Amino acid sequence: MSLYLLRRLLQAALVMLAMSVIVFVGVYAIGDPVEILISPDADQMERERAIKALGLDLPLWMQYLSFLGNALRGDLGRSFVFNEPALQLILQRMPATLELAFGATIMALIIGIPLGLYAGLKPKSFGAKCIMTGSILGFSLPTFWVGLMLIMVFAVQLGWLPSTGRGETVDVMGMRWSFLTWDGLRHLAMPALNLALFKISLVIRLTRAGVRETMLMDFVKFARAKGLTNRRVISVHVFKNIMIPVVTVVGLELGSTIAFSVVTESVFAWPGMGKLIIDSINVLDRPVIVAYLMIIVLMFITINLLVDLSYSALDPRVRLENK
Amino acid sequence: MSASSLPKTGLPAAAVPEVALKVETPFRRFVSEFFESKTATVGLIVFVSLVLIALLAPFIAPQNPYDLAQLDIMDGRMEPGTVGGAGFTYFLGTDDQGRDMLSGIMYGLRISLTVGIGSAFIACMVGASLGLLAAYAGGRTDSVIMRLVDLQLSFPSILAALMILAFLGKGITNVVLALVIVEWAYYARTVRGTALVERRREYIEAAQCLALPTHRVIFRHLLPNCMPPLIVVGTMQIARAIALEATLSFLGLGVPITEPSLGLLISNGYEYMLSGKYWISFYPGIALLVTIVSINLVGDHLRDVLNPRLKK
Amino acid sequence: MTALTAAAPTLEVRNLQTHFFTRAGVVKAVDDVSFSVGRGKVLGLVGESGSGKTVTGFSILGLVDEPGRIVGGSILFHGQDLAKQSEEQMRQLRGNRIAMIFQDPMMTLNPVLRIDTQMIETVQAHTKVSKEEARQRARDTLGMVGIPSPDERLKSYPHQFSGGMRQRVAIAIALLHRPELIVADEPTTALDVTIQAQILAEVQKLCAETGTAMIWITHDLSVVAGLADDIAVMYAGKVVEKGEVAPVLDMPLHPYTAGLIGSVPSRNKRGEPLKQIPGMTPNVMRLPPGCAFRTRCAYATEVCKQEVPFGEVAPGREVRCFHPLFPAKQGEAA
Repeated sequence: MSLYLLRRLLQAALVMLAMSVIVFVGVYAIGDPVEILISPDADQMERERAIKALGLDLPLWMQYLSFLGNALRGDLGRSFVFNEPALQLILQRMPATLELAFGATIMALIIGIPLGLYAGLKPKSFGAKCIMTGSILGFSLPTFWVGLMLIMVFAVQLGWLPSTGRGETVDVMGMRWSFLTWDGLRHLAMPALNLALFKISLVIRLTRAGVRETMLMDFVKFARAKGLTNRRVISVHVFKNIMIPVVTVVGLELGSTIAFSVVTESVFAWPGMGKLIIDSINVLDRPVIVAYLMIIVLMFITINLLVDLSYSALDPRVRLENK
Repeated sequence: MSASSLPKTGLPAAAVPEVALKVETPFRRFVSEFFESKTATVGLIVFVSLVLIALLAPFIAPQNPYDLAQLDIMDGRMEPGTVGGAGFTYFLGTDDQGRDMLSGIMYGLRISLTVGIGSAFIACMVGASLGLLAAYAGGRTDSVIMRLVDLQLSFPSILAALMILAFLGKGITNVVLALVIVEWAYYARTVRGTALVERRREYIEAAQCLALPTHRVIFRHLLPNCMPPLIVVGTMQIARAIALEATLSFLGLGVPITEPSLGLLISNGYEYMLSGKYWISFYPGIALLVTIVSINLVGDHLRDVLNPRLKK
Repeated sequence: MTALTAAAPTLEVRNLQTHFFTRAGVVKAVDDVSFSVGRGKVLGLVGESGSGKTVTGFSILGLVDEPGRIVGGSILFHGQDLAKQSEEQMRQLRGNRIAMIFQDPMMTLNPVLRIDTQMIETVQAHTKVSKEEARQRARDTLGMVGIPSPDERLKSYPHQFSGGMRQRVAIAIALLHRPELIVADEPTTALDVTIQAQILAEVQKLCAETGTAMIWITHDLSVVAGLADDIAVMYAGKVVEKGEVAPVLDMPLHPYTAGLIGSVPSRNKRGEPLKQIPGMTPNVMRLPPGCAFRTRCAYATEVCKQEVPFGEVAPGREVRCFHPLFPAKQGEAA
């Protein structure tokens, strides 16, 4: 197991390194590094001094090494706009994004699994057909437009929910969280639902496919032949089997949920990392862009690793192979 | 493909060129199978209509929304159904510039479809070529290309697109480029998968035995047989590309304001939404939705008809 | 063993009909099946794949899935008609008084649940006992079917067992409540011959000891010969021949039974080509009227196009055929 973990960590480090090259090439080679790293207000003298100080006169590979060295020490540059370390800026906004992404994931599971179960167990019923049609819509609807429609209906027309912002927050461990207050939850509801929409469709389809496949398995029939109640057969024998693909996919999707929160955060003016990156791209605050990309890649790799580990916890067959 | 299906073409075999024979019969079967599904037929009709509207927009739109001379700022943010200063009815209302929304949507559709179909097409060329190369060459070439594909696919499309636009800046060309980079991997993976199966078939061996040049074996023999799954993926990717372009434009990273796609139109209406002027965002959104759903309906059914293996 | 005659049979199936209502038409998977099995007896239910023997087994346990339905006949378990029981009543019988063993041991145990979970839930589904007691019972039963160190094995997952061991576990699960009837659906087909022999011997011993009646569904006549007391041969959803094992195997009366016996390799003389039944199992959706076997039968005549009655043609011998193969004809058949 530890050997497996070690191998996975090594792989993760390699991917991280590859991504740092891509980001480096993207920012330092394709774009004009002077423009990117030095404030546009600087005069000629300052520019030349900065170029020397930043080592921009050195060959590209040496520049890359120093970039890598700084990155390893947690120095990803300073934001032009906020004049704060880019890393710090992003970490400050991370709780808001994580809160949104987790909220959406939980919502997707809570809504998606029961609907998927129903559609899988009664595939010919009218309800199941409605659910499946709905899931096609969920895949087709552009997230940002649904967000606008939610605002229009629930905030503008009905006035039930606030349209923008995080609402009241509580400080826990130095980070601000919305989900601990009622006002915060009210603010979280719509953005989380918006972000969850695609995942709900995904979970419905996965669950339904899993149920239909598992119900045909001999062990389900055997479980019924043992005299178990239908409830136990479905909630233990079927459920535990379909949870493996669902958890894997939803877990893997957590990364993309975080990435797609860019859209939802922009619609609902949710002050997270995604809103920050869009603003940064619009004002060309490139150190923040670089820092965001490196952090999100790191998150991706971590999530993939965690999903693999929890996958092996769920599926005993995988556990054995790794020993 | 089979000799028994030849008579269906209705022509004596000698009169039909060889290539046409091979394509014609399965194509007819495919067409009749396709129209068996009502939803897919409706989807296709809607999609074709949308393409026609986009093509004919300059002739059928009540107004040229880019021609500032035709716009009347006094007509700004008018409700659907009001008659404007120019004397015609704004069926879908007007935006803040006094632009007729219906015309705006027709022209926006042009941009959205062009970007979507164009990028899907380019991505298909790039992806299919690389996928074929990977399958045909095998070995190190294959593993390098597939590593790239895996890396690309492990990243959410929006993130990859953001990254590219952050490096390259905005603009229609860059959006297309970003979409191509985001999408090529899907084609490459699909084509490689099919090609790996196909290249073991006898007809490829036969072609190789005839000592045909490699490019001819790949493009004239291998590629046509990889087309069905490629068409399916291509259809779905057009829908994805249109949605992604709209999203990027909404975020202000997509097409420039001078060439508003549906996404940008929706974005323009965003600030007026809170004051209840829903139509500026709502109708372009419906147009976008109908476009995407119609393509998905067609694609969904194409998958069933063209490639039973892909069915889950 | 035949000396032990119970007053009433444990199970009596009368004219059972189980049909599947598919979009393409009605599939008469089981169409007039009758047999009975008494306490401590083993009935071999024999037939080719697709003859309806598995569906018969599922019908007895009330496990026929949509779009299938029992449409006629009765399944009398101690005189009580199972076809008329509610789902909950059937559930209480299943795994408790009637148990089933499936064909493929690799597929019958849930791969993501431990053996103890799968056994304890079975105990607790029918008796109110603590988890500890249930575990105790599970352990004892595992020991009974010959699984070494049952305590440790309880904590294992199915994939940690071999095929033979898994089938033992499945048999142990079936035996947990000492059922009065076990329906075994080709339980040894997927196993090695040596393991097959071990399991057969153990099952036979257990049945004799506990007085459990058993329906052994198989296509393997040699298994039936060694294990069963009675035999019922099925063809295209119908029982075509029924009787005690020895007379039926020695002197088959239905041409189909004769064909089946003739195609067992060990019965052929060396050098002679293997016998086979010509043609294929018919499509149950489009059965010819009258005897379903007539298209493959050497003795078929015009009269075979009529509905064939199932009746006693000799003491204890029931056959569904207009031309039963009495000894005079036997020579021709061979």
